[in-house]
Amino acid sequence: MYRYDAYDQKLVDERVAQFRDQMRRHLAGELSDDEFRPVRLQNGLYIQRHAPMYRISIPYGHLASRQLRKLAYLARTYDKGYLHFTTRQNVQFNWAPLEVIPEICAELATVQLHSIQTSGNCIRNFTSDPFAGVAGDELIDPRPWAEILRQWATFHPEFAYLPRKFKIAVNGAKEDRAVIQVHDIGLDLKKNEAGEIGFRILVGGGLGRTPIIGREIEAFIPWQHIITYCEAILRVYNRYGRRDNSFKARIKILVSALGIDEFRWQVREEWAHVKDGPNTLTVDEVHRVADFFDDPAYEALPADDVGYHHHIAEDLAFASWVKRNVRAHKKPGYASVVLSLKKPGVAPGDITSDQLDLVADWADRFSFGEARVTHEQNLVLADVRKSELYTLWQLARKAGLATPNIGLLTDIICCPGGDFCSLANAKSIPIAAAIQERFDDLDYLHDIGDIEINISGCMNACGHHHVGHIGILGVDKNGEEWYQVTLGGSQGNHATIGKVIGPSFARAEMPDVISEIIETYIEERHEDELFIDTVRRIGLEPFKTRVYADRQPHRKVANV
Amino acid sequence: MSKVIKNGRIVNDDWQILTVAEGEEAAALSVPAGRVIVPLATWLARRDELAARGDVGVWFAGNEGPEALADDIGRVAVIAVSFPKFVDGRGYSTAALLRTRYGYTGQLIAFGEVLRDQFNYLTRCGFDTLQPREGRYTDAQFDAAIASLDDYTEPYQASVLHPQPLFRRIARAGVKA
Repeated sequence: MYRYDAYDQKLVDERVAQFRDQMRRHLAGELSDDEFRPVRLQNGLYIQRHAPMYRISIPYGHLASRQLRKLAYLARTYDKGYLHFTTRQNVQFNWAPLEVIPEICAELATVQLHSIQTSGNCIRNFTSDPFAGVAGDELIDPRPWAEILRQWATFHPEFAYLPRKFKIAVNGAKEDRAVIQVHDIGLDLKKNEAGEIGFRILVGGGLGRTPIIGREIEAFIPWQHIITYCEAILRVYNRYGRRDNSFKARIKILVSALGIDEFRWQVREEWAHVKDGPNTLTVDEVHRVADFFDDPAYEALPADDVGYHHHIAEDLAFASWVKRNVRAHKKPGYASVVLSLKKPGVAPGDITSDQLDLVADWADRFSFGEARVTHEQNLVLADVRKSELYTLWQLARKAGLATPNIGLLTDIICCPGGDFCSLANAKSIPIAAAIQERFDDLDYLHDIGDIEINISGCMNACGHHHVGHIGILGVDKNGEEWYQVTLGGSQGNHATIGKVIGPSFARAEMPDVISEIIETYIEERHEDELFIDTVRRIGLEPFKTRVYADRQPHRKVANV
Repeated sequence: MSKVIKNGRIVNDDWQILTVAEGEEAAALSVPAGRVIVPLATWLARRDELAARGDVGVWFAGNEGPEALADDIGRVAVIAVSFPKFVDGRGYSTAALLRTRYGYTGQLIAFGEVLRDQFNYLTRCGFDTLQPREGRYTDAQFDAAIASLDDYTEPYQASVLHPQPLFRRIARAGVKA
């Protein structure tokens, strides 16, 4: 993975010094709440219900074992001994007191971590494929490009006070695992007919209040120009994006208002001036960064491991974990392991300090000292020998990190919701818990098969509910928490926005509602048909009919 | 006289920034003698008269861009950019464009809601003069605020202050270092 040189380190250290002084001035009354707000947000610091929420950046989701240990230590020392991984591959503290945050920043800087631009109206963390470098369907490793762009965006003086937040994702595989279609800019690495590397560029995608799938602004921009092209997009957005209404301020609104053709024309007009300028990338710089992402020292192994197959045949629990949590690897004899942070009874994405320390140990022992975060809020050990999977599974099971539910109904994507977040209209974690509790039969879960449930506690859609096969959105109705359900959303190459099935539900109804949706699917499905495919084939009506059959006459309508 | 930071030092600047009162016509604005900065609309309405004076500058509101002044860049005595709110980042692009596209090399003032926490970014975008709101900082705080100019000493990306990005300015060590 990328390692800082003296320049990277100096910038992060300078940030720590700057923020320490800003916190001092704020506490001394020299920096008002209003003036401090954008400053603290661009350092990942929100004022929350109970305590500040503090978000740490994990560029494209990569973590070294020493970084995992540092996070474990910080959570133990300054928080309540656990952390929360987010849907943008970041990690959050929930209980650290305001005034210690600069100390945490300083600690993070010692292991090349930071919280720079993890919130605020600026360019946020770059997200990418958690299986980058190891996936069989990878065309081009997205990580060097994400790192190059991360550096360009970090402390960019012109784009720190944009109309609204700005999220960029990079994909380099056939199957998009970075949800690039719902980002402000989605970058898809490609080769043209001449074999040259470049990017297909999507713009104006996003979830939130107005979910929109990104539109293609360019089919192919050669790699040398990716920074100048992004700069042109950002400059047009910074100048002309709406600033009068924060709900209308994302770039998707500008793109929709102008139309993609007019927006493209404006960007190209701007780009004509900056193209071939100093920000044009050089071969040397790309090589310098790409070298950090060379393959680790893989051993030449046989494709199959006899012991591994023996364990699968002998141990049903192991076999079930392998089926859901182990993924194919590009190298013979290796596999990628997903450690589930979706154990029923634990808030999705949460992990304790003790577990983090264990993951660090396993990363060192089994996976070249690295782990990754997925946007589905699980962890990945990307490079595990097949011969060691059984040992790793036993350890992970003991630690509560081997729930065999990746991609199943209980692998719920969920924001912190009203339990923690001051933006939320409703709680989300208890909904996830109630659904997980309802579906506690593993055989039934496997029978239901691949399905994605996403829960957001408000419009801001941190739980990506619009792209969940089943999406659940918390809404506020006269001070009461209600939940709106969408069906048919999906991520991947053909991302779609789910459709609302009807009036929202009270919290207590939610497990029943999900059960009824699942029962409808079981009754209607063709053999081997996945949930999302059944929804696409039969539409929403059969689900609506079932869910509202007994409810309609009695219930309060809570449309929002 | 306004206390400003100009080229890294605290000085008193005597530019007077004129604003149009409600109901007043920009074109009919009374422009006194002396070093004054007029709204863009005033300049555009009376460019020849004002340019002939040699001591009249122009200021941009947040929603105004440098395109409108393209033909007059060499005729204005100074340019200022208003920051109606410090979270309104349009002025950064205005400054960068004036410096990199329109060839403006004269004094460039950021005024309004200008805070020390933005000094570094403002200067990197090409402002050489920073004029916080009158009374925003005590003398001691203003002195201390100078330090914020150097919040980041070797930034990654190209800007007005660093015309080359870091990867072109220096030979960075790679993985083998």
